[in-house]
Amino acid sequence: MMRSKTAAAPFALWMTLFTVIPLGIVLWFAFTDEQGQFTLSNLSSIGEYAGTFGLSIFLGAIATVICLVLAFPLAFTISRAKGRKQQTMVMIIMLPMWMNFLLRTYAWMSLLENNGFINQFLRVIGVLADGQSVSLINTNGAIVLGMVYNFLPFMVLPLYSVMVKIDNSVIEAAQDLGSNVFQVFGRVVLPLSLPGMLSGITMVFVPAVSTFVITKLLGGSKTLMIGDAIETMFIGQGANYHVGATLSLVLMVLILVCMAITGMVDKEGEGDAA
Amino acid sequence: MKKLACLLLAILFVCSLSAPVSAENVEPDTTITLNVYNWGEYIDPSVTDLFTEETGIKVNYKNFTDNESMYAVLSSGAASYDIVVPSDYMVGKLIQEGMLAKLDFNNIPNFKYINADFKNLEYDPDNAYSVPYTWGTVGIFYNTKYVKEEDLAQGWDLLWDENYSGRIFMFDNQRDAFGIALNKLGYSMNTPDPAHWDAAYEALVEQKPLLHQYVMDQVFDKMINEEGWIAPYYSGDGIIMMDEEEGNPAIDFFVPESGTNRFVDALCVPASSPHKREAEMYINFLCRTDIALMNAEYIGYSTPHVEAQQLLDPEIGQNENFYPPEEILKKTEIFLTLPQETGAYMDQLWMRLKLADPRWGIFTAVVGVLAVGFLGLFVVRFFKKRRKR
Repeated sequence: MMRSKTAAAPFALWMTLFTVIPLGIVLWFAFTDEQGQFTLSNLSSIGEYAGTFGLSIFLGAIATVICLVLAFPLAFTISRAKGRKQQTMVMIIMLPMWMNFLLRTYAWMSLLENNGFINQFLRVIGVLADGQSVSLINTNGAIVLGMVYNFLPFMVLPLYSVMVKIDNSVIEAAQDLGSNVFQVFGRVVLPLSLPGMLSGITMVFVPAVSTFVITKLLGGSKTLMIGDAIETMFIGQGANYHVGATLSLVLMVLILVCMAITGMVDKEGEGDAA
Repeated sequence: MKKLACLLLAILFVCSLSAPVSAENVEPDTTITLNVYNWGEYIDPSVTDLFTEETGIKVNYKNFTDNESMYAVLSSGAASYDIVVPSDYMVGKLIQEGMLAKLDFNNIPNFKYINADFKNLEYDPDNAYSVPYTWGTVGIFYNTKYVKEEDLAQGWDLLWDENYSGRIFMFDNQRDAFGIALNKLGYSMNTPDPAHWDAAYEALVEQKPLLHQYVMDQVFDKMINEEGWIAPYYSGDGIIMMDEEEGNPAIDFFVPESGTNRFVDALCVPASSPHKREAEMYINFLCRTDIALMNAEYIGYSTPHVEAQQLLDPEIGQNENFYPPEEILKKTEIFLTLPQETGAYMDQLWMRLKLADPRWGIFTAVVGVLAVGFLGLFVVRFFKKRRKR
């Protein structure tokens, strides 16, 4: 016991210096005004951002659902593949992550633009007349697309790592006992992959809600998401650290609540299995 | 007191004119190194080499990206610089805070080449601290292929023209965006009246659905590949968009007749500089006609140097877009430092412009209710379990 504590000391120090103390500073900024006096006015001014929080949650949730729907069958297929093939497939999922995040988002920008590849292609095959274009970029759809594209691996990997542990014999047993495809999925695969699903949801939803670069590049900087709002409160002309700190605090609480909810579902799932 | 100082300075100035070589003038020390702090891409690199070649004084050149970061470095005292090149409003702020040294114009005889229109501007009314280096205006870049010539007469209203909906860009920074809206409405860009700012805000709200997007540096790519057709931007930077090879020759530029923002970047010597005499020598060097011409050609911004302007390629030097005629120049305004509360109000309005529709707040409410519900559930369970034990 004593030894494990000593081993954790460097990490404890790290956490104190770079997590606990900064959190304290955020708290301090959130509850003080420019003169350093205690105030709740920052918190009450957050009301104006309700819409922005709502939009962020909405878009983040949509992106998470799309990721889940895409990732589930994919992860299952990978987990059922054999040896070499499985490794290759996992690598292909990881491959885009080797490229810089910004670069990938820029690439989407040139795909979606009015004169981007997609619109040009549609013009070539005659769906659109010359000079016409479908507006794809600078829409909420483009933002969700950017999120899904960038965060999909974070959904696939935890799902895969859980599913790979589901033994084929369990599925076969269910089939032998007369379950059809849907019953196998609903009563065997789904409950067994729940922990992976939940950690996947957390890993996609949290960065999606707080993203700010994607909105700027694919959303045209027209409507701020909560991440952008926080960024502008800390950088540039309109900087106000106190409101910025309050916004990040609210976001933190929000994420904490989401994690608590998923954590509770997780525990319940375990309870059922036992 | 200030007036007295002005008078004294004026007398000194007149005296110095009659006797160009002042007796008490210290000889410059040519063994030192000057520390210059300037914007990126804001000097022809061979100019620095020439200066060292001619005087023996070495130059250590550093870049900054915006006035605020330059101010932060300078005021923290983290580094000592001999020359800085702040923009107009920042010059005013630095003067107010006593961070600039008064220049000895005896050592800068080439100051006489500077256009009188750029002397004694609001930020440095007695022109004691700064020597204008470059200037420019904000105007509208547009694509001649798609934008009708007759629509240009609208001036700033072109940015609100529904015929070009979805093809218009706007500045993604509050001061420039509000500046345009205020000028369009006929108000000063430096107005302290909240009602004027409210009106400008309404105009920007009205404009938002017509925009392709808010944009800063990306405007170059997006205008060149015709993603959008109309964009307000800084004259000197935007000239790249019109370049035959690198840009798009279909792009043209005009300055609305109702007036616009004019900005001036000026050479200054920080009060903390230990090499003021040599710094003045450097400033004088930059004001020499051949050097000013080299820089004007390299940087692309308009030069306040009269002779250099005349020697420039007439397509630029005589171009009314980059050197607007007297009557338009008269209508331009220089950004002044806004009073604290006006600045804060502008930031607040800008934020409001960009925030999502409050109706989205319904999702916040849903999550809030869910959170409270789950929390309640959790507490109830916790107590039930305890009771069982």
